[in-house]
Amino acid sequence: MADREERRFAEVPRESVKLMSESAGVELSDELAALLAEDVCYRLREATQSSSQFMRHAKRRKLTVEDFNRALRWSNVEAIAGYGAQDALPFRPIKEGELFFVEDREINLVELALATNIPKGCAETMVRVNVSYLDGKGNLEPQGTVPSAVQTLSEDLLKYYQQVTRAILGEDPHLMKVALLDLQSNSKMAALLPYFVYVISGVKSVSHDLEQLNRLLHMVKSLVQNPYLYLGSYVRSLVSSVMYCILEPLAASINPLNDHWTLRDYAALLLSHIFWTHGDLVSGLYHQILLSLQKVLSDPVRPLCSHYGAVVGLHALGWKAVERVLYPHLPAYWSNLQAVLDDYSVSNAQVKADGHKVYGAILVAVERLLKMKALSLSLPAERGFGAQPGSGGVAGFRVSSPGLSPPPEPLSEAALGIASHLQGPGGAGTPWEDWTPVPLPAMYCELYSFFGDSLAVRLSTGPSLGGCPPSALSQPADTRKEPPGPAANPDTARKMPQLTANLNVSPRQDGSPRPEPAPPSLAATAPGRALARSSSSSSIQRRNSSSRPGQRSVGPSRDVFPKARFPPPQAGPPAFSFLIGGRQTGRRCQGRRFQTSFSPAPPPSSAPPRTYAHKLPVIGRVGKPLRRWTCSHYSLHLPL
Amino acid sequence: FHRLFILLVHAHFISKMAAVQDGQVDLEVEKKEIKTETSNDGSGNNNANSSSPGSTSLGATSKSPTGPAEDQQTLLAVLQFLKRNKLNESVDILRREAGLSVEIDDSPGSASGGAGSGGASNSTVDGGDTNSLLSRVSIAIPAAPAVTAAPVPPKGLDQPDVNVVLSAYSQQGDPDLYPLYYNGLKKFIESVLDCHRAELSQVFYPLFVHMYLELVYNNHEVEAKQFFEKFSGDQECYYAEDLRILSGMTKKEHMKGNETMLDFRTSKFVLRISRDSYQLLKRHLQERQNNQIWNIIQEHLYIDIFDGMPRSKSQIDAMSGSLAGEAKRDANKTKVFYGLLKEPEIEVPLDDEDEEAENEEGKPKKKKPKKDSMGSKSKKQDPNAPQQTRIPLPELKDSDKLDKIMNMKEAAKKIRLGSDNLPSICFYTFLNAYQGLTAVDITDDSSLIAGGFADSTVRVWSVTPKKLRRVKSAADLSNIDKESDDVLERIMDEKTASESKILYGHSGPVYGISFSPDRNYLLSSSEDGTVRLWSLQTFTCLVGYKGHNYPVWDTQFSPYGYYFVSGGHDRVARLWATDHYQPLRMFAGHLADVTCTRFHPNSNYVATGSADRTIRLWDVLNGNCVRILTGHKGPIHSLAFSPNGKFMASGATDGRVLLWDIGHGLMIGELKGHTDTIYALRFSRDGEILASGSMDNTVKLWDTLKAFDDVELDDFTAATGHIHLPENSQELLLGSYTTKSTPVIHLHFTRRNLLLAAGAYNP
Repeated sequence: MADREERRFAEVPRESVKLMSESAGVELSDELAALLAEDVCYRLREATQSSSQFMRHAKRRKLTVEDFNRALRWSNVEAIAGYGAQDALPFRPIKEGELFFVEDREINLVELALATNIPKGCAETMVRVNVSYLDGKGNLEPQGTVPSAVQTLSEDLLKYYQQVTRAILGEDPHLMKVALLDLQSNSKMAALLPYFVYVISGVKSVSHDLEQLNRLLHMVKSLVQNPYLYLGSYVRSLVSSVMYCILEPLAASINPLNDHWTLRDYAALLLSHIFWTHGDLVSGLYHQILLSLQKVLSDPVRPLCSHYGAVVGLHALGWKAVERVLYPHLPAYWSNLQAVLDDYSVSNAQVKADGHKVYGAILVAVERLLKMKALSLSLPAERGFGAQPGSGGVAGFRVSSPGLSPPPEPLSEAALGIASHLQGPGGAGTPWEDWTPVPLPAMYCELYSFFGDSLAVRLSTGPSLGGCPPSALSQPADTRKEPPGPAANPDTARKMPQLTANLNVSPRQDGSPRPEPAPPSLAATAPGRALARSSSSSSIQRRNSSSRPGQRSVGPSRDVFPKARFPPPQAGPPAFSFLIGGRQTGRRCQGRRFQTSFSPAPPPSSAPPRTYAHKLPVIGRVGKPLRRWTCSHYSLHLPL
Repeated sequence: FHRLFILLVHAHFISKMAAVQDGQVDLEVEKKEIKTETSNDGSGNNNANSSSPGSTSLGATSKSPTGPAEDQQTLLAVLQFLKRNKLNESVDILRREAGLSVEIDDSPGSASGGAGSGGASNSTVDGGDTNSLLSRVSIAIPAAPAVTAAPVPPKGLDQPDVNVVLSAYSQQGDPDLYPLYYNGLKKFIESVLDCHRAELSQVFYPLFVHMYLELVYNNHEVEAKQFFEKFSGDQECYYAEDLRILSGMTKKEHMKGNETMLDFRTSKFVLRISRDSYQLLKRHLQERQNNQIWNIIQEHLYIDIFDGMPRSKSQIDAMSGSLAGEAKRDANKTKVFYGLLKEPEIEVPLDDEDEEAENEEGKPKKKKPKKDSMGSKSKKQDPNAPQQTRIPLPELKDSDKLDKIMNMKEAAKKIRLGSDNLPSICFYTFLNAYQGLTAVDITDDSSLIAGGFADSTVRVWSVTPKKLRRVKSAADLSNIDKESDDVLERIMDEKTASESKILYGHSGPVYGISFSPDRNYLLSSSEDGTVRLWSLQTFTCLVGYKGHNYPVWDTQFSPYGYYFVSGGHDRVARLWATDHYQPLRMFAGHLADVTCTRFHPNSNYVATGSADRTIRLWDVLNGNCVRILTGHKGPIHSLAFSPNGKFMASGATDGRVLLWDIGHGLMIGELKGHTDTIYALRFSRDGEILASGSMDNTVKLWDTLKAFDDVELDDFTAATGHIHLPENSQELLLGSYTTKSTPVIHLHFTRRNLLLAAGAYNP
């Protein structure tokens, strides 16, 4: 009974009635108004009641204005005009005072009449058949096919399809742009999706034509970006087309003049885009992609461009993918790559150039891996804590920042499921079952052994993220383009200088090893640390303590160079700095000469972030005069 | 005298007054009189009030039992009515015919006054001789329930004005005592033995309603509200809808024109109570001298007393819920010929035809029987079937015979359904039905599907490769060689072939739609108050049947064609023939809108479901109401007869399907499972499976064979109608199939027992 009392009817207050009557020019006494108000309420209820039967007979759940008007008409009351719109009328309150009103926008009739975008006629009412076949027990059997009659395209759609495909694959770039834009925003072409997907799957037949491939990829992009399309299982098909562009040794890549690298980069970018926006549509997509990437990577028969594709693909999928697939695989892969890079025969020139591309791509990937890893450590921790990745690393490993981890499935789960497929052919890659997160320092050390100083450049910026005000970071670093992939932190990305950009985006400059003119003084200024190596195969530097499961072809040279030195934690502010004597030039290989300092945690008080930030970009860029920082506390022990 | 009534009726029509609502106008040549419904309905038919659609006082005249005195009275009433409506010519004719003198004619003032005061006297005896009154009633009831009405003459016999009807409430009592009275009775009923409590609790609701209305009528607004708040929570939940309406009504002025209120007022709420329980109640009221309550019971309640065990709560709950209580037992006593008509003998060029014919007696089969005097000798007559000629049916045309042969051939390939062999379901989804799909029908041979839309259009689709074609224009037709063999093909205009056709003509949502059995016609009923007949040869409107002056909710063709039935907001169902612009029968008696109408397979009966939560079965022959079935707790929106004509299923907004035995007029099953209004019901061709489709986007299949088998009908239950429903609806549910977002509004079994369903996708 109590709840019945609460269920009151809507009531029209007598003030409203008085107001109405006044607007009609009639004065009403309070008493009269109250009576009228009550009667109005009753009549309203009555009309509502009888309007509900029109709703019921129209077999609807929603009472419409139309129903109400019918009820009024049948009780000989004038219908209310002006509310016949099909869509719901917004009912809004006014914040001040308890006033509610129906929004009644004014419509500019002139504009409406002269509008050029006349809405197209609604689709025709039609009947469509679905059959549920039941077996004897009443269980549903697989659905029959829909009769083709109801699925055929309308004339308009067919025309649209022809025009768009012709425009995109045709010669006119302007027309293409228009078509792509429309594809990106057209809400009525859902029926054409399978056809477009089919066209896109034609990448395999035009692998000789970079231009066409590019256009098809653009088409993919437009489709993916179209908010009105539900891609559904077509995602799989699109992904396979994109993967083809990333991984396959395209016919176009035979000619070194063809810039198929850019195509792969773009495709990888697209892959990550599809994956991040539509990855949830297909279950297991992430791991299928990872699997195929890993397969390519671990297949030594594949050309380097395929490997390159795999690396950029992994990079595009995020640092976790890199950590999971590329990193364990690196030691095995390195030997192959090294062999290529060390072959200086003329016949190998082209392959070597390709090898450098791969090298660069791997470098970029692992750099970001390190950075993001450090970031993921520092993010959950307090600033002070995060400043010490060396000590705090292990504790923070399990904590992953949500934005950086791939969305569809937890990694651990997949690691088990796919593990069996992932036994690297050579057994070189770390099997996924055994995969355990490598602590950051260990990882760093291992990677450092491959890449030397070129790695440390970028890593150093990671942990200081929190401390550096953005203004300080706006160093005139000539970053030409951001590296592809979901760069989670713009700051880190921005600080990634030239090298990254070179590797990824402008590969053409990159036919040979790093083109930087290494200042000869570098080697000299690192007394005892840097030695000229006669064999570049020994260009791997490792920390003494690191235990690497990979091959150790460079054994003897390893211990000669102490690479990094972690000073013991000091009392006072948790400063963390170490020096790196970079591996220096091999005589025949003129490139890869780096020096850097790795100081992930500048004590906030001891060093103004500004000076710190100032020197950062320069460190990797040996081409620039570096004298300014000679006196810096954080700089190398080299008189730069 | 009979001629007089014809005249009356005639006058009635030409004067273009609202149609006769109460009492069926029986145009049959032999009878020619306005049918009365006394035995069934008491005063329940008296819908006389200004707002009730199309009602006039004429209906009231049909109420009186036969007898010279009543005849006289009736005549007077008619005269009065005519005079009031300024039909002086008719008055003169009537006088002459009846041989009434002017003096008598002038006296009705006093006569009606007498009647009025008679009614009033009943209500003013509050403090009078209650005991004698009681004894009179108690004697009267067991003797003949119909007579109980006699002490209380129908209100407003001659003065059907609303005011008079309402004035019955004018009895003055102390408003403060009402809660006391009610509470007293409540305490008493709570204290009686368990077996009586359930029965006596039935009294609460009608008492509550009438006491509340009395309070409101006498301007005790505050007390009424208090009374409502105090006791409305005690009422059964299935009355919530009515209570809501009541609670909004707090002023005397509101009572005028409120249909629900008038339903309460003009009809007696029927209760079935065992003799023991009734004695208890009577004794209590006598002891307490509780006249207020007693008066209400006497005036507004009809207590149907039976001998035997008091009913249990579940038994009562199963049957109650309708607007006016349960049906009186004797309302369902008429014999109903539910058997099927004999099949016509058609020479079928198939050998297995003999088999078919033999099967027919053993198992029920949905076939179109057709009376055929030639072949009737060969087969035995079903004892429950009506005579072949009971109502005239159209002759079979050659094309009908062909169709029947096709039907039989198809039926031979029919899949035998059962709990272990369910039908596949084919769903016709209406896409882009922005206009709002309101009705669907599929032809018997499943070749055409039609939809009625809220935008007043009717659309017909062909679901076979055969396209819809129009007949050529008259000019073109004259050029056709009429002797050629393919003349039927030649008359079609190939240029007009299309998959669908749109029929324009209505001016309101099309709520009901029905194909004729021969697929030549289509009926549609609409909010605009008309039923239209369309030709499917020319795709034009042939006739607009005007009679319902209010929205027509449903219409259906007879299984033999020619006749059709319609029902609407005016609470009347009408029987029409396609070649008559006026209805042949009017079935009046429902207390609220007639929401759905169905023909019995033998075409002799019509079932109507109503918003008053009852189902009535009407005899087409004489217009009588032969069954009143109560038990639903919400407006009924779907009905279906089993193919053997023996059973009926009904679905309502309460989401329950009820099964009925027509012969006994009993509820024999309750199928629970749906969560929303059931808009579609259909038996399989052999009646083994019932399919139900609902607003809740599901199609459910029920094992009716089992449901019908489980029912045990001994003589006692058959006599009293007090049946124990088996609680097995979950066992009977064979399957539930959901659509994505499409309410199911039509179901159809093809001749081979494939289930077709239809609805509009509702994004």
